Amino acid sequence: MSENAIEKDKVATEAHLEEGGNQYLTFNLADEDYGIDILRVQEIRGWEESTRLPNAPEYVRGVVNIRGTIVPVYDLRLKFNLEFKPYTQNTVVIVIKVYSRGQAKSIGIIVDAVSDVLHGAHIDVTRSPDFGNENITKAISGLATFENKMVVLLDVDRLLMEPEDSASNDSDNDDEEVADE
Amino acid sequence: MATILAVDDSASMRQMVSFTLKGAGYDVVEAVDGVDALSKAQSGAFNLVITDVNMPNMDGITLIAELRKLPAFKFTPLLMLTTESAPEKKQAGKAAGATGWIVKPFNPDQLLATIKKVLG
Amino acid sequence: MSIDMAQFHQVFFEESFEGLDIMETGLLHMQPGAADSEEINSIFRAAHSIKGGAGTFGFMEVSNFTHVMETLLDEMRDGRRTVTSEAIDALLQSVDVLRDLLTASQDGNDLDTDRAAAQKAVLEAILAGDGTAAEAVADATESLDSTAAPLQQITGWKIVFRPHQNILRTGNDPYRIIRELSELGEIRSHCDTSLLPDLAVFEEEDFYLSWEIFLDTPVDKQQISDIFDWVEDECDLAIIPLVGEVEVSEEEAITPAVTETAAVAETAATEPAKATVTPVAAAKKPAASAGSKSKGGGSIRVDTEKIDSLINMVGELVITQSMLGMLGEDFDMSRVEKLNEGLSQLERHTRELQESVMQIRMLPISFTFSRFPRLVHDLSSKMGKKIELQMIGEETEVDKTVIEKIGDPLVHLVRNSLDHGIEMPADRVAAGKPETGTIQLIASHKGGNIVIEIHDDGKGLDKNKILSKALEKGVIADGSNMSDKQIYELIFEPGFSTADQISDVSGRGVGMDVVRRNIYELGGSIEIDSRPGQGSAIIIRLPLTLAILDGQSIRVGEETYIVPLVSIIESIQAKPEMVNMVAGKGETFKLRDEYLPVIRMHDVFGIENPRFTRVTDGLLVVVEGDGGKCGLFVDELLGQHQVVIKSLETNYGKVEGASGATILGDGSVALILDIPDLMRLSRKMIPEHFLKSA
Repeated sequence: MSENAIEKDKVATEAHLEEGGNQYLTFNLADEDYGIDILRVQEIRGWEESTRLPNAPEYVRGVVNIRGTIVPVYDLRLKFNLEFKPYTQNTVVIVIKVYSRGQAKSIGIIVDAVSDVLHGAHIDVTRSPDFGNENITKAISGLATFENKMVVLLDVDRLLMEPEDSASNDSDNDDEEVADE
Repeated sequence: MATILAVDDSASMRQMVSFTLKGAGYDVVEAVDGVDALSKAQSGAFNLVITDVNMPNMDGITLIAELRKLPAFKFTPLLMLTTESAPEKKQAGKAAGATGWIVKPFNPDQLLATIKKVLG
Repeated sequence: MSIDMAQFHQVFFEESFEGLDIMETGLLHMQPGAADSEEINSIFRAAHSIKGGAGTFGFMEVSNFTHVMETLLDEMRDGRRTVTSEAIDALLQSVDVLRDLLTASQDGNDLDTDRAAAQKAVLEAILAGDGTAAEAVADATESLDSTAAPLQQITGWKIVFRPHQNILRTGNDPYRIIRELSELGEIRSHCDTSLLPDLAVFEEEDFYLSWEIFLDTPVDKQQISDIFDWVEDECDLAIIPLVGEVEVSEEEAITPAVTETAAVAETAATEPAKATVTPVAAAKKPAASAGSKSKGGGSIRVDTEKIDSLINMVGELVITQSMLGMLGEDFDMSRVEKLNEGLSQLERHTRELQESVMQIRMLPISFTFSRFPRLVHDLSSKMGKKIELQMIGEETEVDKTVIEKIGDPLVHLVRNSLDHGIEMPADRVAAGKPETGTIQLIASHKGGNIVIEIHDDGKGLDKNKILSKALEKGVIADGSNMSDKQIYELIFEPGFSTADQISDVSGRGVGMDVVRRNIYELGGSIEIDSRPGQGSAIIIRLPLTLAILDGQSIRVGEETYIVPLVSIIESIQAKPEMVNMVAGKGETFKLRDEYLPVIRMHDVFGIENPRFTRVTDGLLVVVEGDGGKCGLFVDELLGQHQVVIKSLETNYGKVEGASGATILGDGSVALILDIPDLMRLSRKMIPEHFLKSA
């Protein structure tokens, strides 16, 4: 997707935020409620064994096969420096579409449980104060209240913003010395 | 609507001609050289044939001569695509029985105007 | 309606580049003097197509340039001009210029018009000079109508139109023509039926009518005569101006068929100027290749036969699937046999389909080889050497990606042979060899791999020179234990060059190691061998396809990994006396004469609970990568199978030590090891592992 298209996509998302016309999938993590843009949600799966990636950060649990594509799975608790919770049959993996360095990727995030879908029109969105947790704060796009509950709205593209992977460097080698004259 | 046989060994030209004519509602069958065209002509009904001159296996002028031998094509409009720098080709084409010619390079509008004139 | 022509551009460029290849091959084959008719015709047609397409799609510079080439080729094919080597060379250079013009047009970069103009001048000089009676065909000029119109206001025209009897046989329809006339303005017509014969002698294919048509609109005469353009020879026509509704001349002077006389211009009477054909030095290189798209990126031409067989196979698969579906609906143990039958059918069809699909991406390696005749031709004359190129196995089919990526490395290797391998003619004769050196490019399929060989009968590699250079450059510390082959392969080390002078062809010292890395990146291997005074041979092995890999599964702890089979030398159970601890931490093991480092997979990959921690308890998989060898210490060997390579980069990124992943039969993911990368990773983590062998 071109840079322009991504920007437009993001601007549209933010505009929705302002208007309150968006829908959010909410999930629960360590007793907090979070919400993410429903348009970015590709599917919701139960937890299954993943293949470890060697020498990867702790919060990268591994990769799984989703219909023939290799998708990395991240443990959000560990990413947010929260206490690890062992996985059970009820553990849920949300597969979301994120944009990283101009490229669209599918990733899975492990959460405790999935909740309702909230309609932007029903919630009040305010800009967030400092949450006191660096990793979460930089991913927050807003704070919403719904039926007296506080829901932290997350920008999925900023969720995993550290370059935990070395930049895609498999570009074709341009061997100037073997070029035709 | 009328069916046109478009003959040219250049794929990009064939595509352009085909696209243009189909867009105007004509049915188009493509052929890649004279031999291909002749074989398609024998098993199809065409209201007009438009062909390039320089092609492998059988050139456009020979194709026109051969088509005129077929009863179904005795009076069919057969048009040649020629370049401006080859007036002798026009003569040769006429001698073979060509109806007329379209000069290359041409744009889609010119092509359509000519075809419309001929087919009505 | 306006049609966006841009959608046809891609095809135009593709076929134009193909046409250029045809021209180049044809020109290389052409001998001065005798011009094989079909050969030269195909070269002409290629140029003609490019010119026509360029004009149609708006690339005027290209069209104008090609026009001159076409003119020259036209004269040669008509026999009006003898084929000279001067002309062939000029045309070959023009092909280069045209190729650049097309590339620039395709990429939307600036065209090097200076270079094009200079080359055009070269071609025009050939056309004008050297005494062949070239008749410049001037534009046809129309002879003017004999009836002179008086200087009065023209109010209209009288057109007398008498189609010849056979006009219908040209597919022309007089009514159509009259209809066109009516579009110019109001017409009144009078039809003359006097020539209609009796029904008895009436020929239905002949035409007997004629008209007098009055057009009451003062249009340009040209507009009228244009309408009759196609039928000039098939009718008698008079176009008479009407002045104030009165005909100019009383008699209807009908000029039988308005004649066009082609004025034959004077023979180019200029003295055959000595056209000095100097190779055009490209003063201004077209815009940097940074803007150019990689060749062969988007599309692929496929034999329709391959597609048809694919469709058939999918059909079979669907049948098998539905059969299995029905079985599954109402299943009980008595139908187990049918189930097994169905499953094995499924396996068979899937495998066939897989092979077929891979076939689609396969193209003959002639696509890559085709550039070499020209290369060898040009370079050998530049160097003053006599070299013959033999290409064998051009029809060998290879994956499209391999074709794209193997080209540059091969060019470098061939250049090397040309430059450093084959000797000057005088030296060859002095050594008792034929004056003309031979380079062979051979491609073949051997055991699931493509093998590409480059043989030359030149002077071979100088072992001592290589050794001393390697020592001098610090590539190795001590060469006393090296076999000849190992010494030859030192040339693949970075920072190496034995050229006495850096010729502009090769030998800059950055070539060979990059070549080897390119080949490794394709999953292949490269070897070199040589006999002093007799020649050298380079052997490249590449996997048949890049999407599928033959792998060996290994187990470390709970994890399964895939080792590319092409990297495996052997697997052994290490005996205690083979293994050495060095500096207390690193391990090496002895394999025949070499001491190779051990890579503890569980250490390097941080795997918990490996089954074995003592090397001698587990297995050592001896692998080779990037010129080095090592042993992977694993728990267990599992099976060997073909795996489909899946990307890790798409959704995650680069994993050090892995080149990709695959999906195993149970649906789980296994990483595919990248041996050179793994070795690098291991060195990084546990440096003591990699002391250079003493």
